[in-house]
Amino acid sequence: MSIKANSTRRWRPPPLISDPRLRWLIIIGVVVYLYFALSSININVDRLIRGLDRGSRMFAGFLQPDFTTRWRDIQAGLIESLTMTVVSTVIGVIISIPIGFGAARNMAPMPIYLFCRGLITISRTFQEVIIAIVFVVMFGFGPLAGVLTLSFATIGFLAKLLAEDIEEIDAAQVEATRTTGASWLQTVTYGVLPQVSPRLVGLSIYRFDINLRESAIVGVVGAGGIGATLQTAFTRYDFDIASAILIIIIALVMTTEIVSSHIRRRLQ
Amino acid sequence: MLRLEQIVKKYPTGDHALRGVDLEVPEHQVMALIGPSGAGKSTLIRCINRLVEPTSGRIWLKDLEMVSLNARELRRARRRIGMIFQEYALVERLTVMENVLSGRLGYVGFWQSWFRRFPQTDIDHAFMLLDRVGLAEFADKRADALSGGQRQRVGIARALIQQPDLLLVDEPTASLDPKTSRQIMRLITELARERNLAVIINIHDVPLAQMFAQRIVGLRQGTLVYDGTPEGLTADRLTDIYGEENWEGQFKAEEDPATEAQAQIADARRFDPVV
Repeated sequence: MSIKANSTRRWRPPPLISDPRLRWLIIIGVVVYLYFALSSININVDRLIRGLDRGSRMFAGFLQPDFTTRWRDIQAGLIESLTMTVVSTVIGVIISIPIGFGAARNMAPMPIYLFCRGLITISRTFQEVIIAIVFVVMFGFGPLAGVLTLSFATIGFLAKLLAEDIEEIDAAQVEATRTTGASWLQTVTYGVLPQVSPRLVGLSIYRFDINLRESAIVGVVGAGGIGATLQTAFTRYDFDIASAILIIIIALVMTTEIVSSHIRRRLQ
Repeated sequence: MLRLEQIVKKYPTGDHALRGVDLEVPEHQVMALIGPSGAGKSTLIRCINRLVEPTSGRIWLKDLEMVSLNARELRRARRRIGMIFQEYALVERLTVMENVLSGRLGYVGFWQSWFRRFPQTDIDHAFMLLDRVGLAEFADKRADALSGGQRQRVGIARALIQQPDLLLVDEPTASLDPKTSRQIMRLITELARERNLAVIINIHDVPLAQMFAQRIVGLRQGTLVYDGTPEGLTADRLTDIYGEENWEGQFKAEEDPATEAQAQIADARRFDPVV
């Protein structure tokens, strides 16, 4: 063996960008940009100190959560949030299923596919808060705007993931169902649905979980629920009440998350 | 029973899978279709029930011309053609019973199938078939809990509950061990004989084809190059089908009838419900 004779052939992993001039240009460019970007942020020490002071008062309030004074408001907000979550998840899931099938390339003809993909893209482009603001402007303050927002956002989430799952199913099982002379609907319910149903249920539960969290956020911009109660508490500087609300939200979200992940684990 | 006239299939990619195939299969005949990978075997049997649309040609199932059927008529025609697949193609998350009953989908309405309310005669038939293939006690097991050989038996039951005139079988043993392969082939041919079915079996395993088929058809590059008895398949003929190769040893696999009979007895015992 002549391993020794060949040992002069060196090897290095090839660089990501093969042209060294381009590589250095990009590195230097990034460094220069970072320098100027950082120096453009003017840090006002005075404001920072005052902020810290306000922050410490806020945290002092948070250390003594007040559940009792405004319990009725908190309770009403909570119930409204939960209602919004349930209603919007159910509506969103029901609408998402046909859209998900339409957005799967192996299920739908091209025009339907493009239409459903378009809907999903629109829903996913905008953050919930932006959609909520639009719906609040359209339908006024309150839970209706919140339900519409969350339903709309559910479609973008669920239909997209469902469509991707449908595109990855085993085509042989569908083919075998079709061979028996089954109609299109029967082929879908026997050949496709069993393959995607665990994921559909899992995603729906996951989305319920997300909707609960989002229901607190969209409330801040006026779309009802516990978020609205929280917003009121903050604007009145009732930090102890805000603290109570935050603790309840955290507990609620954690509970649903534990339950939902437990259910999803058992589904497979 | 089944007659193909000048079946041509050209895929959009330019693949010329079938170049004018003429074939006639009488009733009660078990025909094996052999040929190298890519010869068009799968395409040919999928053209018959139009899972693949033939580019041109005519297909007669008794008096019914398959190629000209519209979607609705095609669904009705497909009920008469059972199909058994290479990787079983069971719906994994459905139970064995649901898989078998799915063979009746062409006969029941949507809501009936949605709520699994199949007619009692279908359920009786399904239990009978599951008994016959030795899986009676597995009716409520999920299909993905079964072994390969068991899954293929469910596949056979699903195809037969259609009460078809013709059985298309696509590489039924490709993912099975040699012993299970023989059991499956024996089961298919026996059931076909009992029910007077015409059968077309795509198969790679030439000795297995010779053992169980009455007639062998060889396909090469989309053209029929052999059509005759299993015994007539000599080394020269194999060269016609598959190309030049040393075929020595290919024919030693033939079994003497005594061991075959023994195997059948052992199988019969195997299909008895295991307690």
